[in-house]
Amino acid sequence: MANFSTNEFKAGLKIMLDGEPCNILENEYVKPGKGQAFNRTKIRKLISNKVLEKTFRSGDSVEGADVMDTELAYLYTDGEFWHFMNNETFEQIAADEKAIGENLKWLVENDTCTITLWNGSPIVVTPPNFVELTITETDPGLKGDTAGTGGKPATLSTGAVVRVPWFVQTGEVIRVDSRSGEYSARVQKS
Amino acid sequence: MKSSDWRPTASISLLKQRANLITSIRRFFAERDVLEVETPALSHHTVTDVHLEAMQTVHTDPTSSDKRVLYLQTSPEFAMKRLLAAGSGCIYQICKSFRDDEVGNRHNPEFTMLEWYRVGFSMQDLIDEVAQLLLVTLKCFDTSDIRQITYRQLFIQSLGIDPIADKLPALIKCADRHGYENLTKDMVLSNTASQIADKDMLLQLLFSHCIEPTLGFDKPCVVTHFPESQAALAKVDDEDSNVALRFEVYVQGIELANGYEELINARLQYHRMVQDNQTRTLLSKTTKEIDAHLICALEHGLPQCSGVALGVDRLMMISSHSSKVADVMAFSIENA
Repeated sequence: MANFSTNEFKAGLKIMLDGEPCNILENEYVKPGKGQAFNRTKIRKLISNKVLEKTFRSGDSVEGADVMDTELAYLYTDGEFWHFMNNETFEQIAADEKAIGENLKWLVENDTCTITLWNGSPIVVTPPNFVELTITETDPGLKGDTAGTGGKPATLSTGAVVRVPWFVQTGEVIRVDSRSGEYSARVQKS
Repeated sequence: MKSSDWRPTASISLLKQRANLITSIRRFFAERDVLEVETPALSHHTVTDVHLEAMQTVHTDPTSSDKRVLYLQTSPEFAMKRLLAAGSGCIYQICKSFRDDEVGNRHNPEFTMLEWYRVGFSMQDLIDEVAQLLLVTLKCFDTSDIRQITYRQLFIQSLGIDPIADKLPALIKCADRHGYENLTKDMVLSNTASQIADKDMLLQLLFSHCIEPTLGFDKPCVVTHFPESQAALAKVDDEDSNVALRFEVYVQGIELANGYEELINARLQYHRMVQDNQTRTLLSKTTKEIDAHLICALEHGLPQCSGVALGVDRLMMISSHSSKVADVMAFSIENA
């Protein structure tokens, strides 16, 4: 993989740091009038998902990371791996538990997920921003309360627990924002 | 290119404020009998500063086949010192300066600089005058209430290290503690020349990242007596040869001005430029031919004086609460 000089730094550039692929989130040029110039960056480590600040001496080079995003449909899990398929080439990729991580609870069959590959292997699986899931269990809720103030917890088919308005019932399908884990809307079944 | 890219990066109302600011600066110096001068933006020579890179252009002489490289000034300092040596008395200039490889929220490769020299002024006299100028132009501070602290005291208070007495290993430890181990891991302690350069680099890192963002919020902050290794064109302090009579002014976490009680000794100035070139070689940078006109002017005799350079765009940023220097320029480098 090519090296990148600090003057090529910009948000979205993927570089290697401490042996881990990282995404540059912010890059700021800092220079005392008479002194050494630096690039102060905010970086997300793509495997550990940690965000940290890192400063480089301007003009220094950093190894690039061979990282790419690909859109794949979720097929199934065999308990050890989660299998995804490219709907055009039918090529399949298996991601392990580490790559799935917390997002396990937002995986819906046939949904198109973003799979981040590092040197060809999946390291992060990002579900669609909004997923539709069936409520398997929630309290019946009080009649007449439609304002949705406060709400109640509901367990979804994947095991995820989200707060929903009182009027939403077991068996209904809801739309959830997978980034925040917040209820978005009730899905009308035709 | 977007269809709106032709538009100015600053609003028209802000440009009016900017014009007023420049008028108030001119009035400030007129009231004090300081002469406005203009010196060339193009010069046959440039500075040797290790961390400044001049842009250059080529001049075709119609009377000969010569093509000569000319540098765009990084500041008007050398030319203004030649005027001082020729007997100009106190002078100021508002001009464009150019620095290569500098773009960011606080940097534009072409920027406006206010530079002035006061004959007979000590460093403290000039600091007091800078404070007066800030009072007039920023209208948000009371000059009697400026914070003034030495570089050494500031490091001891902020980071618990002594930037003068502590050696490189102590600075490496401090930098590592603040998460900059990637910048210290390749430093070698065996080479004396590289140790001096490394120590200055770490001091500049810690200053710009850990100290500068906290300076000058309730009142302007003036940091004085920089280490001798960062003297630039300042005189070394007679009372402590470890430090130079150099000061910097910070307002709202922004470096606004850099001033010196000027080094008037031609031989010492020449020696520093030779040293700069040695450090440039050490850092694999090209060396710069020393400007003989400046050295000759110093040999002729520069009056005892103090001088300071202040970033007008940054002053405008602070006065208008802007977060980017582009917001206070008609056109930034992006759409110049």
